[in-house]
Amino acid sequence: MERDDLIEYSLQGHHSEEQGKAIRKKIWMVTALLTAITIVEVGLGAFIKQSSGAWPFVKWSFIIMTLFKAGYIVMIFMHLGDEKKTLRYVILVPYFLFMLYLIFIALWEGLAVGEAWSTYGV
Amino acid sequence: MAGHTTELDVKVLWGGKESPFQTSYGKLMMWFFLVSDALTFGGLLISYGFTRHNTQDAWPIGEETFNSLPFLGHGYPLIYVALMTFILIVSSVTMVLAVEAGHRMDRKGVTKWMIATIIGGFFFLGSQAWEWSHFIHGSEFGKVELADGSQAIVRGHFGEIENFTVIEAGKHHKKGDVIKEDLMHTFQHAAEKGHLHDGKILLHDGSIAKINKAKDEHMELIIKKDGKKNKIGDAPIEGEAATKLYYEAIYSAQPSRVIYGANLKQNEYGPQQYGQFFFFITGFHGFHVFSGVMINILICIGVMAGTYHKRGHYEMVEKTGLYWHFVDLVWVFVFTFFYLV
Repeated sequence: MERDDLIEYSLQGHHSEEQGKAIRKKIWMVTALLTAITIVEVGLGAFIKQSSGAWPFVKWSFIIMTLFKAGYIVMIFMHLGDEKKTLRYVILVPYFLFMLYLIFIALWEGLAVGEAWSTYGV
Repeated sequence: MAGHTTELDVKVLWGGKESPFQTSYGKLMMWFFLVSDALTFGGLLISYGFTRHNTQDAWPIGEETFNSLPFLGHGYPLIYVALMTFILIVSSVTMVLAVEAGHRMDRKGVTKWMIATIIGGFFFLGSQAWEWSHFIHGSEFGKVELADGSQAIVRGHFGEIENFTVIEAGKHHKKGDVIKEDLMHTFQHAAEKGHLHDGKILLHDGSIAKINKAKDEHMELIIKKDGKKNKIGDAPIEGEAATKLYYEAIYSAQPSRVIYGANLKQNEYGPQQYGQFFFFITGFHGFHVFSGVMINILICIGVMAGTYHKRGHYEMVEKTGLYWHFVDLVWVFVFTFFYLV
């Protein structure tokens, strides 16, 4: 059977040379941003020791910067930002809910297990 | 893409009036696959977090473990992994440029950027091979079990071994022979087996040789497992005291007092699980990169053969692009949680 649905939807993705120019500019901007964030991360990681007082702050800024990078990759490079809103939410919301739950359970439990081991021996 | 509805044959549209989310079947299925794959990686990284939270200070610190560059030795914390991250980001960019060229039906452009992406992928795989090799072989000092039962990792500059001078003949070597080949490897192997005693080495053929070695400099012992005297979190032991403790263990003639590098049973960096997580998570990711490169090559061949041009659109490039960006996305998280935090 001829899959004309595939062809129609894919043709909607076409754009002109002019639009292409704008898109390419955006791509290079995002590249610069991702590189800059990585450089900042490495700088912080190399110069601030985990034993220092500033570490908790650095750790959380790593996590936030990572989420920023991930957001740009998903929204711009994978152009989920250009898809229909419903598709965006169907992909992101269940994943985030499940992950947040799992992170909470696993890390909390990890601390408790560590505590129990150090109290009662492994 | 604005939400206008195109009149289509009902039979091909899953029985509805339009395709779900007005997205093609292939793209939708790629997204669903990526979500399930993201759950796998999420599970792996979270189990890593679980293990790390219950071992606390015994866990190695990224910048201490990964501080080497090819040809330049150590003392460059995280630079190498940052480079790997950069390579993968750049190859993600070339991929998105290929997709963009596809939307303009620019076959030459797609080919050019696809080839750049494939090269980037191979660079990343090569870097990972070096990283694994380095991780498996380990440092010159290794991790040492001290006299009180504690374990310590060692920082500093290892004094070069000049030669072994045979003082008691064996089956192969005569007294007075000077051995100058494969010294480091022989030394580490003997240390693991407990064949070092009081500055002397017992060689394979049964001969005993004196080890002539330059002095180590700036030695520092960092405790990673509690003993009777030394505890995790103590200030590092430095200087003469460190050298004395270290060589007491190395030259004790007892086997298994020192561990070099990593395998699935033990590693010199930290708890056993650390090596296992390293191999599994970076290995599983590397396997994804490898498959990604293979898929990219297949699609690139299709582009060059004009298959997609005849079809009227480059959606195949877009779909393989989704997978390739996903690989980059996972690495961003691995980079943060394995190397940085």
